Amino acid sequence: MTALNQLTLTEAREGLAKREFTAVELTESYVSAMGEARTLNAYVVETAEKALAMAAKSDERIQSGEAGKLEGLPIGVKDMFCTEGVRTTAGSNILGEFVPPYESTVTSQLWRDGAVMLGKLNNDEFAMGSSNETSALGPVVSPWRREGDSAPLVPGGSSGGSAAAVAAYLCAGATGTDTGGSIRQPAAFTGTVGIKPTYGRCSRFGIIAYASSLDQAGPFARTVNDAAVLLRSMAGYDVKDSTSVNRAVPDYEDAVGASVKGKKIGIPREYRLEGLDPEIAGMWEEGAQWLRDAGAEVVDISLPHTKYALPAYYIVAPAEASSNLARYDGVRYGVRVPGRDVVEMYENTRAAGFGPEVRRRIMIGTYVLSAGYYDAYYVKAQKVRTLIKRDFDDVFALGVDAVLAPATPSPAFGIGEKSHADPVEMYLQDIFTVTVNLAGLPGISVPAGFSGKNLPLGLQLIGRPFEEETLFSLAQVIEDAAGRFPVEDLWWKA
Amino acid sequence: MSVDQATVRRVAHLARIAVQEEELEPLKGELNAILAFVEQLADLDVANVEPMTGVIPMELPMREDVVSDGHYPEKILANAPEAEGGFFTVPKVVE
Repeated sequence: MTALNQLTLTEAREGLAKREFTAVELTESYVSAMGEARTLNAYVVETAEKALAMAAKSDERIQSGEAGKLEGLPIGVKDMFCTEGVRTTAGSNILGEFVPPYESTVTSQLWRDGAVMLGKLNNDEFAMGSSNETSALGPVVSPWRREGDSAPLVPGGSSGGSAAAVAAYLCAGATGTDTGGSIRQPAAFTGTVGIKPTYGRCSRFGIIAYASSLDQAGPFARTVNDAAVLLRSMAGYDVKDSTSVNRAVPDYEDAVGASVKGKKIGIPREYRLEGLDPEIAGMWEEGAQWLRDAGAEVVDISLPHTKYALPAYYIVAPAEASSNLARYDGVRYGVRVPGRDVVEMYENTRAAGFGPEVRRRIMIGTYVLSAGYYDAYYVKAQKVRTLIKRDFDDVFALGVDAVLAPATPSPAFGIGEKSHADPVEMYLQDIFTVTVNLAGLPGISVPAGFSGKNLPLGLQLIGRPFEEETLFSLAQVIEDAAGRFPVEDLWWKA
Repeated sequence: MSVDQATVRRVAHLARIAVQEEELEPLKGELNAILAFVEQLADLDVANVEPMTGVIPMELPMREDVVSDGHYPEKILANAPEAEGGFFTVPKVVE
């Protein structure tokens, strides 16, 4: 029999419903797997006791016929989500031992539906990074290795802990956040499914803010169906987030397996970068063929402003970050480093508390918002954002239902391989994902092939606003054709 | 556009981050690499383009102007590095 922690979330849900095992047994299997996987550094806090108590409550509700939609299913939470009574750091030293007195809306909806919390998952500091290497709590090691090579690889980032934990069977699903690709890139690196829904689909209340006009929460899972189940519970209107959208949440699971016959899929020519990895290009073509075989129509499209997306992002995101992170001043939470006066106390606290990437982005943001530069940088970037959104509006107006593109420009790289490079080299990781955040659209990453060294690669589907259902239908076609990409060598247990 | 050491020092102060003298030169290099990257936007004519203010067209919701939350100062102060008598405390600001 498959170990309980290796079941998909959907299979575990079925097993619980049929009383084949209890929620406590399922949770115990995860807690034990977590204990054997500390070398991956995916979890930064394990809440085993709380998990077992929640699971026992779930078993009672299952017994009494009051099971919620996620009853008894063990979930990991990215450390960007505030969790009441459980330390939340955002991967930064500046928050110290911060224990939120409140719960984020997204996680509260998971618990409302009966999910069990296993702990908090590592991420790049304030979600700024593409490898999980900027975390003050140390890098996460991917459960994947190149064939014949034991060099540790990154799981991607910023939601590196979430991606690694889902791939390594350390939770049945996990929450992530995506500001420029932080769900889709690590999902692609780890053979997992990750979706960034439309901006406003999930409440941002209680999620530690990085760039508020771009941040969105979404799930990581081992299958498309699992991701659909999780998103249904995470999504929804919240009076505490004025940018959340008051619109009914569909049952996304109904869309999984639905026909894609007649759907029009756009292949953007601007994403065919010069020197694109031939393995990635091959997988992309194969993906288009799978969709064609399923009855979709594949057409070439143009998104002419694509190349301006990353430069615009590296103005907008740091500008918003410099404002959002102004609150870390050593007064209300976290660690305080004294100074001669209050300004020196702020400066010393922030110098000690922020890591180098966060400091860089705060300083870039401060610069582009400073007097005399605001119009040249920030306003210009916001205008470019209008053009990028218009590119997508134009292709959707032509009847395109979704855009198919790679999720990343390469497979996972090694820990330390890019850390001494120019910061811009790491930024290029988000080249295929960042347009989606700038335009507020939904995007899903689904595993679709292997690199020559046997590392998973992901395809990305980008949809119209609030048409996540179309993405789930198309992603399922890819999952059916490509198969799943489970980690088979649990080397870390040795 | 690129920044010099004096600008790095000024921006660090505006951002309230203490920077040591020896950090200025490497920081200048890193910031200039990012600024050179975003400089690509200069190729684009955006004269007649409206800047984006909201990615999803919607009106901000209104609510009654009433107190709907609060009355738990001890929770608010629980994470403060220094608190006294129901207040956050900071080094003396006014002599």
